[in-house]
Amino acid sequence: MTEAKHLLSLKNVTKRFPGVVAVDRMSLELPGGEVHALLGENGAGKTTLVNMLYGFYPPDEGEIIWRGEVRRLRSPQEAIRLGIGLVPQHPLLVRAHTVLENLALGMPSAFFFPTRGLERRIARLVERYGFRFDPNAYVWQLSEGEKQRVEIVRALLQGAKLLILDEPTSVLTPQEASELFKALEHMRNEGKTVVFISHKLEEVLAVADRISVLRKGRLVGTITAAQASKEQLARMMVGREVNFQRSKPPARTGRIVLELHNARAKNDRGLPALKGLSLELRQGEILGIAGVAGNGQRELVEIVTGARRLESGRATINGIPPHSPRRPRIGHVPEDRRRQGIVPNLSLAENLVLHDYYKPPFSRGPLLNYREIYTFAAAQIKRYHIEPPAPTAPARLLSGGNLQKLILARELYGRPALIVAVHPTYGLDVSATEMVHDLLIKSSREGAAVLLVSEDLDEVMALSDRIAVIFDGGIVGEAAAHKADRGRIAMWMAGVVS
Amino acid sequence: MKRVGPLVFEKDLNAPSARVAAISLLALLLAFSAAALVFLAYGVNPAQAYRTIFIETMLSPSGFAEGVRRAIPLLLIGVGLVLAFRVQFWNIGAEGQLLLGAVAAAGVALFVPLGAPFKLLLMFAAGFVAGGLWAALPVLLKLLLGVNDVLTTLMLNYVAVYLVGWLIHGPWRGKSALGFAYSDKFPAAATLPLIPGTYVHWPTLLLALLAALGVWVVLARSGWGYLLRVVGDNPEAASYARLPVFATVLSVGLAAGGLAGFAGVGEVAGVHGRLLDAYQISLGYGYTAIIVAWLARGNPLLAVATALFMGLVFASGDVMKISLQMPFRVTDVFNGLILFFLISTERLLYYRVRWRPRRERD
Ligand SMILES: Nc1ncnc2c1ncn2[C@@H]1O[C@H](COP(=O)(O)OP(=O)(O)O)[C@@H](O)[C@H]1O
Ligand SMILES: [Mg+2]
Repeated sequence: MTEAKHLLSLKNVTKRFPGVVAVDRMSLELPGGEVHALLGENGAGKTTLVNMLYGFYPPDEGEIIWRGEVRRLRSPQEAIRLGIGLVPQHPLLVRAHTVLENLALGMPSAFFFPTRGLERRIARLVERYGFRFDPNAYVWQLSEGEKQRVEIVRALLQGAKLLILDEPTSVLTPQEASELFKALEHMRNEGKTVVFISHKLEEVLAVADRISVLRKGRLVGTITAAQASKEQLARMMVGREVNFQRSKPPARTGRIVLELHNARAKNDRGLPALKGLSLELRQGEILGIAGVAGNGQRELVEIVTGARRLESGRATINGIPPHSPRRPRIGHVPEDRRRQGIVPNLSLAENLVLHDYYKPPFSRGPLLNYREIYTFAAAQIKRYHIEPPAPTAPARLLSGGNLQKLILARELYGRPALIVAVHPTYGLDVSATEMVHDLLIKSSREGAAVLLVSEDLDEVMALSDRIAVIFDGGIVGEAAAHKADRGRIAMWMAGVVS
Repeated sequence: MKRVGPLVFEKDLNAPSARVAAISLLALLLAFSAAALVFLAYGVNPAQAYRTIFIETMLSPSGFAEGVRRAIPLLLIGVGLVLAFRVQFWNIGAEGQLLLGAVAAAGVALFVPLGAPFKLLLMFAAGFVAGGLWAALPVLLKLLLGVNDVLTTLMLNYVAVYLVGWLIHGPWRGKSALGFAYSDKFPAAATLPLIPGTYVHWPTLLLALLAALGVWVVLARSGWGYLLRVVGDNPEAASYARLPVFATVLSVGLAAGGLAGFAGVGEVAGVHGRLLDAYQISLGYGYTAIIVAWLARGNPLLAVATALFMGLVFASGDVMKISLQMPFRVTDVFNGLILFFLISTERLLYYRVRWRPRRERD
């Protein structure tokens, strides 16, 4: 009878995958009206746990008790009917449809006039929680943050009493994240329960009422946020003491590598996205571009990598336009690493030579030299600690952190003059983030110019030598990183220029 | 995870080859069982029918040779489709590309005065180019304007059929044709030699086998094959890496259409010896080759086996006509059913099926 006062309890829930126990005898109790954080490194089992709550697959052992009743969830539809909503780590929206059409797809009843009345209900939710997005935009046009807001609204439209968010802030700017936190608190105060997954300590401490720490499939412990400290949580999460400082030798800058002057460009919707943006980046320095999503970052990156053409103005890399075939080598760590960064069904080795496959020693005439390719790949895999260390394994099997190592191994090879890294540690755990940061710092200190585009202000502050803030298609402020003031940067990001 | 009775289906995106083979066989089995109903409806005992078909096509030398003859165009086109499907060029237009190859070959055969080996060589070259360009058209429309290639390739088949019809009724109509619509007979220098005692035009057979082997080597070992696999698997990553996506897809279109063009040359120069009605030149090889490529699961060497199999299905049409008094077009029923079951079992490839009877607690 004590159970009925909990919205949800888990009893000794276990889930095995071939070779791993992803969730090992976890027990957890969630009352109504709580923000509960699940904290853990990548692979700790967070996603697996919530996938079971959402009916993607049943536990191998253990019980899920919803409002005092043991339930076997056979599908997400059943979970939705009970009032469990999930905002997945990777959005499950149909890219070719509009936001409104996607939301209509999730509604059970309206088959014939799917969008009737929906706009009004969306508008009410948007007003209540302060989510901003354009319901008539196509999903492929949205930033990751906007897609996430659409997912949240979908869950709320479906009547979620328990809302689960899988690593929501990994795609958000600080600004967006704090808006999200406000909305979550609002929901909690209305009596909803929010399960919030993260591996970022600060935000977990800021937003959660209670925190459950997971490590390698086990629940290490549950503590109230008020009693927890950052160091204690890190120790529970990683199992060792963690160093949060990035050591960075001073920059020795050389000549200008990347130069944009009064650059103007349109976005995919044909609207102006860059409105006279100018910046300079020199050898040996890291320039961090901070800003709220959708202020022209994507178009800036596309201009710099040669994927998009300017309407007017000038962009050059070592004096050569970026789209020219003669431009110097760029190392590009793309925003969406799975879609843009790898060829999923080709082997790790084949992925590692994507830029160089036609050159000796990887090619002899028209034929590839697989022996050389595998030797090279084995060395790179070892150097970058890529798991699994199998050159013939298809790239799609890699986890996010290893995927990013693979991309870095490929992009940093051949000493590119310019490195463009977009959200390079988005979704990565503490250890992988450490490695990516160290590699970017090392490359810049060896002479590369590094353009870091990130919505994670902590990351920009920690890595950059200079910080430039992008707002509404232009650079609104710039500061040397060691003199940068967080508050001032946040103001710039909001478009407030004094 | 889904449950059907005692069977549990678990998602597994790694399809091991044993499962692929098992499911392909399952599809064939289902197709032949469904075809059995057609036999019944025709008043023919299915068991009897299959026995007759099997003995008279597979086990008789002449029946088998007929299967091989039919397999030649299927293999050429099928190998091209393996390439095309790899880069997501959904070429339903091999039928038209074959016809264009036939037209080009007939043009050379009838109007270019050349000696023995050169005439045939030029016919094959012209056929390849004509078929390739016919395929390049929809590829360009797709790459430049985003026009759906399934529709354009399909529609171009009808254009090709009418082009052939116009030629044989009009400008290329034979002087000796006496009211029939076909071209003059090709001169001897423009006809292909046969394996004695059969209708198998062996140069085209050899060409088809070399094409299968060549494409296999190219895919697995060459820089172009690598590019093609990259572009086919993730075009977005390919363009991020600034690989020549456009040129790759276009070259695949040219190659696939060219191979279908070869098939057309083989049919007119090796079987008919003249240009004639489109539906007599091809029995729908361009469509059946889709099954050949699909069954081969993207492997050009396997296409040798699947082309032979589908060739034998065609050959069995003759047996059904002669021994069972059924129309030859029953083979279309077979083809349709096989494709239907192949496509409908496709999703099963990505599930692991396990026997797990329901326990009490569930
Ligand atoms: N569908 C799956 N098949 C096999 N292994 C899986 C699957 N999903 C997750 N795993 C494994 O289970 C473990 C936990 O993964 P996950 O729940 O995604 O962790 P987290 O979300 O905490 O990063 C990892 O070792 C992962 O490789
Ligand atoms: Mg996860």
